[in-house]
Amino acid sequence: MRKAVIIGVGMTPVGEHWKTSLRDLAVEALLSAMDDANLDKVDSLYVGNMISGPFVEQENLGALIADWAGLGHIPAVKIEAACASGGAAVQEGAKAVMSGLEDVVAVVGVEKMTDAWPSDATRYLAYASDAEWELFHGASFVALNALVMRYYMHTYGYTEEDLALFAVNAHINGAKNPYAMFKKPIKVETVLRSPYIADPLKLFDASPVCDGAAAVIITTPEKAKELGIPKEKWVEITGMGRAIDTINLANRKELLRLRAAEVAAQKAYKMAGIEAKDVDLFEVHDAFTIMAALSLEAVGAAERGKGAELAKEGQIAIDGDYPIQTMGGLKSRGHPVGATGVYQTVEAALQLRGEAPNQVPDAEIALTQNIGGTGSNITVTILRRV
Amino acid sequence: MKRLLKPAKEVGIVGYGAYVPMFRIKNAEIGRVWGVNGFPIEEKAVNNLDEDALTIGIEAARNALKRAKIDPKLIRAIWFGSESKPYAVKPSATVIAEAIGATPDLDAADFEFACKAGTEALQAAIGFVGSGMAEYAMAIGADTAQGRPGDHLEFTAAAGGAAYIVGEKNSETLAYFEGSYSYVTDTPDFWRRQHEHYPRHGNRFTGEPAYFHHVISAAKGLMEELGLTVNDFDYAVFHQPNVKFPLTAAKILGIPIEKVKPGLLSGIIGNTYSGATLVGVSAVLDIAKPGERILWVSFGSGAGSDAFSLVVQDAIEEKRDLAPKTWDYINRKKYIDYALYVKHRGKLIM
Repeated sequence: MRKAVIIGVGMTPVGEHWKTSLRDLAVEALLSAMDDANLDKVDSLYVGNMISGPFVEQENLGALIADWAGLGHIPAVKIEAACASGGAAVQEGAKAVMSGLEDVVAVVGVEKMTDAWPSDATRYLAYASDAEWELFHGASFVALNALVMRYYMHTYGYTEEDLALFAVNAHINGAKNPYAMFKKPIKVETVLRSPYIADPLKLFDASPVCDGAAAVIITTPEKAKELGIPKEKWVEITGMGRAIDTINLANRKELLRLRAAEVAAQKAYKMAGIEAKDVDLFEVHDAFTIMAALSLEAVGAAERGKGAELAKEGQIAIDGDYPIQTMGGLKSRGHPVGATGVYQTVEAALQLRGEAPNQVPDAEIALTQNIGGTGSNITVTILRRV
Repeated sequence: MKRLLKPAKEVGIVGYGAYVPMFRIKNAEIGRVWGVNGFPIEEKAVNNLDEDALTIGIEAARNALKRAKIDPKLIRAIWFGSESKPYAVKPSATVIAEAIGATPDLDAADFEFACKAGTEALQAAIGFVGSGMAEYAMAIGADTAQGRPGDHLEFTAAAGGAAYIVGEKNSETLAYFEGSYSYVTDTPDFWRRQHEHYPRHGNRFTGEPAYFHHVISAAKGLMEELGLTVNDFDYAVFHQPNVKFPLTAAKILGIPIEKVKPGLLSGIIGNTYSGATLVGVSAVLDIAKPGERILWVSFGSGAGSDAFSLVVQDAIEEKRDLAPKTWDYINRKKYIDYALYVKHRGKLIM
């Protein structure tokens, strides 16, 4: 198997892009990643996108984006794994390079959500739940996450205040990221004062509905050398894991365990030949604060029931032992759902290149974890400075 | 290219009058019901069971007539701007015309442009009189605004209105129009479709690309066309869906807050939609001195803004006391709880 390195990254700011369409967001991010790698063509394109059909009445995104980016007759396809679409697209791109089938691959994650009516947006997102056993009964993702958060607090004795610390950390970091949607630090009280959207989940426990696109260029070290990309810009994809769990929450044996993330992380660690303690920064999927806590436990950064403890101890800050959401995470940078996994990859790559606006000192290994559904489809990717 | 709207003849306001229903509900009371903290305004005005946009329009029109001291038969047009007209089809303006004794020798129609309908009616009145077609025309903006229970809008959507009688500029003029300017685009930030009870809105989209873009563009366009700067104005009245938006607009334009406060009533009566700037300007006319200049900028979703420059005249001093002042209505208040509010607003459907 060949090695795969990221040699170019690009992204648009995350926000409410009322004047920019899905295709323009995607092309902007894609061309900026190609510029970063000094490329004017690629062998193939993988598009991470969750839900363009309902949101903007556009599918066939592979053709759309490759066409509008002027990439010629290349293979291009959309990868969908709910909110983990971006993470899955990065992995499919890397697999194509590692397999030897393609030499230079572009991956773009894009989502355009703000043209929809808010209640429609909630419904479209819920298409990633179990339509017959959850959505039909009105269980939105907010409601499902609220159930998990309530049970987590009950089981381990945490308070809403404890979980709010994840949102506070995300905003502290996002404030320094020019691409973040919310560049304003918040306090625990800000979270506690925000209205309940599904008790105990409050507005500020949740990531926003937004638009954005991010892209990476993946190739082999040999090709990177041939293209004259300086080694400081290489970021190797050393480990990948992906797994599913029961699509509906009711069928889980343990509600407070992201089994898919555990399996995916173990696979990724094994492939990379590392352990959780070797990781310098974690970009985990904090769609809701509770998911950040469970994710830290699932990837082995904390023991079960101790995820929120890391936040209380200040370990998740940039200067902590387990820095997370170093550029704002889903809460502050934003969560353009199908693009999120690619944003995480771009941010981790910038950290490893030493170019992050909120740099983790001397970062060598990063982990990205991207969740689809209520933990039903999860990707874990390990990146390493070359 | 001349963008300023200026009629052939100089025209001004010969009579104005406001009306605000006496009932109030506090935002905290609405928040109590919906479990919400942090409010856009303090309290809003609520109509009584037997009040609607039309009756508010009649009260305001009567007050305007008291100040104008003219025979209502001289009014050649009554235009009523509202988005809560009691009838979807059947004019409200005709009812008002009949109620104030202006029928039958006049034109009458209802205007709709979300919250801009009142100033839209005023533009038409200025044109009717300014062209020489009519001696007097009346423009009214009034609403009993709808907000879906639990929606952001419910905290601000309020009841109230004001009427203005426009006539040729002379010694009876209370304040004359130096000119006006309208700025309109297709911006779908807020709407209510046929047969729907409540409007829908694009949340944050209602701010930057809608309210601020149009209000600022209209204000700047008017000042450019008239060769004026913000320093030439003694008062500024902006459309007021809440307190924050007009204050932010003033800040962007560089207008000090004390010039905005006299016409900023949304914090205590709410957003009276088509009536909002008309009521705000009426409160300013209640206190303004001759020679003072007022910047008046409305906003209607959909979207657009009308901007006017008004110069207050000597006649204001003797005429402003001929009808109840706007603050008389604001101070006359009775608090109700959410249950009574539901009854007053006809929200209880059995």
